[in-house]
Amino acid sequence: MFIIKYIKEVYRGVKSLLVGMKRTLYYFTHHKEIITQEYPDNRDTLVMAERFKGEVVMPHNEKNEHRCTGCQACELACPNGTIKVIFKNELTPEGKKKKAIDKLVYHLELCTMCNLCVEACPSDAIKMAQTFEHSVYDRNELTKILNNPGSKIMDGVE
Amino acid sequence: MWSFSHIANELHEWLSSIFNPTWTLVIEMVLAGVAVIGLFAGLGLVLVLMERRVAAWIQIRLGPNRVGPQGLLQSLADTLKLIVKEGLTPNGADKLLFNIAPFIAMIVAMLLMAPIAFAKDFQLWDMNIGVLYVSAVSSIMVISILMAGWSSNNKYSLMGAMRSGAQIVSYELSAGLSILTIVVLTGSLQISDIIHSQATGWWIFKGHLPVWIAFVTFIIAVTAETNRAPFDLAEAESELTAGFHTEYSGMKFALFFLAEYINVFIVCAIGATLFLGGWMPFHIGNLTDFNHVMDYIPSSIWFFGKTFFLIFLIMWFRWTFPRLRIDQLLNLEWKYLLPISMINLLLATAMAILGWHF
Repeated sequence: MFIIKYIKEVYRGVKSLLVGMKRTLYYFTHHKEIITQEYPDNRDTLVMAERFKGEVVMPHNEKNEHRCTGCQACELACPNGTIKVIFKNELTPEGKKKKAIDKLVYHLELCTMCNLCVEACPSDAIKMAQTFEHSVYDRNELTKILNNPGSKIMDGVE
Repeated sequence: MWSFSHIANELHEWLSSIFNPTWTLVIEMVLAGVAVIGLFAGLGLVLVLMERRVAAWIQIRLGPNRVGPQGLLQSLADTLKLIVKEGLTPNGADKLLFNIAPFIAMIVAMLLMAPIAFAKDFQLWDMNIGVLYVSAVSSIMVISILMAGWSSNNKYSLMGAMRSGAQIVSYELSAGLSILTIVVLTGSLQISDIIHSQATGWWIFKGHLPVWIAFVTFIIAVTAETNRAPFDLAEAESELTAGFHTEYSGMKFALFFLAEYINVFIVCAIGATLFLGGWMPFHIGNLTDFNHVMDYIPSSIWFFGKTFFLIFLIMWFRWTFPRLRIDQLLNLEWKYLLPISMINLLLATAMAILGWHF
């Protein structure tokens, strides 16, 4: 019947509005729920979300060794040419020539933090860091070389 | 005892002892005008800050907390910024209408201040058609919005103004009918009569069901009339940039902004007067001791307390509900609020005749 449907609609509408108002009143009275980070003030205690991606880095161990084999998978995966792998030839102790990376050039200014390079890497050589204060006065500082000077590939990583 | 009416009487006697009656009247009118403008400025600062803090807390944010202690000077800083900004008039605009539209909005708000009773015996003009005057003058507001929208020579502005026209014309009806409920119960249009009729209890308690329904309709209708979310179709920043005041900048924009908050204050003051007893203290039947304690609280505090409670209610709506579409807006008025408030008015009339209220 029309009139019953009408009253039901009014009742349902009012009820759903009241549910919403109850929720916002809860937030209004419970200030501990506030999620605002007062950023420059809380710099020391700032905790970033786990999934936050700030820049690509290459972890080195204490013997200055990294895990990068120079396979170029990251360079191929990158959608906008952010990563360049530059090679050099190394001599192994047996006297053979072996291909190794000279420099892994990373252009932070081009990077969109899409994480595709990290996913493409077969030997887990690169990962995403959580730093986010990237501003510099000279653009050249944004072009980074990820492997440390004089670093070598870790033993056992092929 | 300290009270507004006491100060006003002292001032009147002092002025009468110096000047003749005509000059006394002129000076008192000027003083009243200055006081109203001062109240506007004060209310603008307080309400903008209150809105921002309420909004922030409801949305789990902190809100302005940098300028001054606890961000208390934020709205003062904003005012300063708006004063020094350039008041631009677009080339294609109708210059005269464009420039007077914000002032009409302010004049309407000033006119509405006349019949409001701020404290016991403290009222600018206690005319015998106070409620009618309020509902008549408040609909002039739409003229300033239409004027601003039309003269801006901008599609968004015109669209916002047209929406606002449809909206205010519709919601005037249910606002008027819910005000009539109280007029029927009181039997008078005079603001002071309406307040005195609530000496034994506010209408929201004495009038039970019909007054509750009228109160809810009133709050919804005045939210729509003041163009605030969820009925802010005239502004609709996400679809019409800022609706009728898209082209305004600097102080002319500030006047529109101020007029919105003044209007919110006025409609809440009217709501508090009609439903919550204006400056009447809270009394419970025969509990004489309790009633005496309540009488000690100054009447101005009762009035402003009730008004700010209603303002908070309207802000609470604003930050909880999503904006209505134009067809939903008109459906809500013509299919729900208007029939309900019409039947409610009949119910209230029957109640007033048969004496079913307390």
